[in-house]
Amino acid sequence: MTLPLTPSQTVGPFLAGSLPWTDGPDVVPAGTPGAITIGGRVLDGAGAPVTDAMLETWQADPDGNFAHPDDPRGGGAGRTGSSGAAGFRGFGRCVTDAAGRYRFITLRPGRLPWPGGGTEAPHLDVSVFARGLLDRLVTRIYFSDEQAANVADPVLGAIADPDRRATLIAVAQPGLPGEFRLDIRLQDPEGGRETVFFDV
Amino acid sequence: MTINPLAPGGLAPPSCPRPAPGVDPPLEVPAYRSTLLRAPKQPLVLLPHGLTEVTGPLPGGERTVAADADLTTRHAGEPLGERIIVTGRVLDTGGCPVPGALIEIWQANAAGRYAHGIDGRAAPLDPNFDGAGRCLTDAEGRYRFVTIKPGAYPWGNHRNAWRPAHIHFSLFGRAFTQRLATQMYFPGDPLFARDPIAASVPDPKARERMICRLDMSVTQPDWALGYRWDIVLRGREATVFEQREQRR
Repeated sequence: MTLPLTPSQTVGPFLAGSLPWTDGPDVVPAGTPGAITIGGRVLDGAGAPVTDAMLETWQADPDGNFAHPDDPRGGGAGRTGSSGAAGFRGFGRCVTDAAGRYRFITLRPGRLPWPGGGTEAPHLDVSVFARGLLDRLVTRIYFSDEQAANVADPVLGAIADPDRRATLIAVAQPGLPGEFRLDIRLQDPEGGRETVFFDV
Repeated sequence: MTINPLAPGGLAPPSCPRPAPGVDPPLEVPAYRSTLLRAPKQPLVLLPHGLTEVTGPLPGGERTVAADADLTTRHAGEPLGERIIVTGRVLDTGGCPVPGALIEIWQANAAGRYAHGIDGRAAPLDPNFDGAGRCLTDAEGRYRFVTIKPGAYPWGNHRNAWRPAHIHFSLFGRAFTQRLATQMYFPGDPLFARDPIAASVPDPKARERMICRLDMSVTQPDWALGYRWDIVLRGREATVFEQREQRR
């Protein structure tokens, strides 16, 4: 049986009354040993902050397992987190503030085996929802201090332009251990700085 | 940190079919002005489905209680407007029900105004209605909300622009690929055909799938009209990997 899909529509400007969760940006509780923060701004094609966006993240735990019963390797046993780190949820949700900023507290995900061989570098999958986005945009966040793993990553490797590849790599902040920064540019009329978005 | 090593070839490419053309809107739709500075100019890059995509967040019971599904009983008094029941099933394209899936809805009140602070239009707020609801689908993929029929409202997209009455829906399936945010519209709404957001869906048949239908078997006599709306998420294959890793 094949049923026809329900189409996507924009979340519009009024999601803030319903969707934000107070603990949404905390993929692990603040203060969890080994916690890192990933933050930045969401910008539109004029370089203006997008103040009504919602970002969602999904990622493996530090051992490369998912808090998901369908992880085919049997890693994730529970709905709400199964890794060694107490309270790790794998899932984050953050609405941007009046300056277009987002910030997640999480653990660095592990590497993952890739279908057909190879290894994915540590990464988060990201969905971007906002007024003006008729479908969610999907991107990824990698880490600047995982250079060797990033070079071998099959998804990054398929993006030929190094400037565009860089739009997916959160930058470790000098002097601030565990702090990473990545801006998400929905559009760049010149092309080069526009975040890579995926057809998932 | 340990890595889950798998012999090359141990992971078979998962099968999660991509949507047929014409169903999902293109990202840039000039008639919907907000897309102009927000839609990417570069083509999307095809992302093969790995472990991150075939799994996905499963927010569940910790995010909702039964009372969240009735938007008319969560305040001191009853909200104004036309009480309605909205129910249906969440299925995937393979026809399988999606159980235990979190659905979140948000909507304007009967006067066409959102409780959210940034909606400053000249229409009354209803102290007994906040427009936010949540529920989990049951074992058969069924959901059910009791709410108020939202009003149409003007917006600044173009001169004399009005949104048709709609309820926003956000759904989690079981995989990252299944995540969906959409809007449900009402039958017979003359604003539907004039709405650039609804019209962004290229295939007219797909567009109509966003419209619920009046169902007298859902309607409760002397109490509330009933509407039925089934939601179909992308399919997923139950067994996508050839072999399981040897845990060590």
